[in-house]
Amino acid sequence: MTIASLTQLICFVVLAATVVLGGLGVVLLPNIVYSAFLLGGVFLAVAGLYLLLNASFVAAAQVLVYVGAVNVLILFAIMLVNKREDLSAIPSLGLRRFLSASVCAGLLLLLLRVAFTTAWPLPGPEPVGEEATIRIGEHFFSDYLLPFEVASVLLLMAMIGAIVLARRDVFSTDVITGEPADQGLLEKGRSPLLIETPSTTQAPSGR
Amino acid sequence: MTSTFSWLAQADGGLPLQAFLAIAASLFCIGVWGLINSRNAVRVLMSIELMLNAVNINLMAFSSYVDGQLIRGQVFAIFVITVAAAEAAVGLAILLSLYRNRETVDMERFNLLRW
Repeated sequence: MTIASLTQLICFVVLAATVVLGGLGVVLLPNIVYSAFLLGGVFLAVAGLYLLLNASFVAAAQVLVYVGAVNVLILFAIMLVNKREDLSAIPSLGLRRFLSASVCAGLLLLLLRVAFTTAWPLPGPEPVGEEATIRIGEHFFSDYLLPFEVASVLLLMAMIGAIVLARRDVFSTDVITGEPADQGLLEKGRSPLLIETPSTTQAPSGR
Repeated sequence: MTSTFSWLAQADGGLPLQAFLAIAASLFCIGVWGLINSRNAVRVLMSIELMLNAVNINLMAFSSYVDGQLIRGQVFAIFVITVAAAEAAVGLAILLSLYRNRETVDMERFNLLRW
């Protein structure tokens, strides 16, 4: 075993342990802030796995988008909705967890069996290695041009949709009466539509 | 160290494809379990991100091992990352508006459309 392959092996073992243990921590830790930071660690470890697969561009995109955007977004959401609440007990929670864990273990066994028994067409063509970024650019502007453009439209739609869903101010007023127009569904101050006990959660008026 | 993990390496010293597939399968199953069992809605979104990452690992592994010249898997992985970012933004916005209406993030109490 050469020194290069040994280094690769050690990196893979460390990254794989980080991914699996971090994923378990994300799911199992009681404090959700710890979960969010562990999720960032999992994303970084997955980026490391991409680097092991000679995909530097996707690894960079993973770090930028997942660690830089999605994880920060999740942390902000935690800060915005982080209310200490005592969750009401559910009957037979243990049984439920056990059943779902056994279903997931069965799924894992199935996937592992598929992975280890299928005759993959290996070895495939020689990997392009460092030229991967060039190839990805060629794909984006030739045979994957339409999905690329559709993805940009999708991002725009998601951005506008997120703004509209998360906003709380009234941004349009009736021209004649000067009153807020048609924002009742988004506006908590007017009528909390879905709340079971409206008296306890009235927002301060005059917004 | 070498002898402990030497079964992971192939004859030529490289990592086998199955190692990546096994990691991805484990991460996916962890994500499924978290998706079913989380009571905090933010944690549900985090579990979905874990599952998307597991799929991405699979795509990248196949792209490198089976489709080494065209690397279509990497292109797919970038599209998945894009859609995941959009999904996270919209999901967290929905969660925020839900929290404003119901004053909770407990999944068990989001049962308005449940028979």
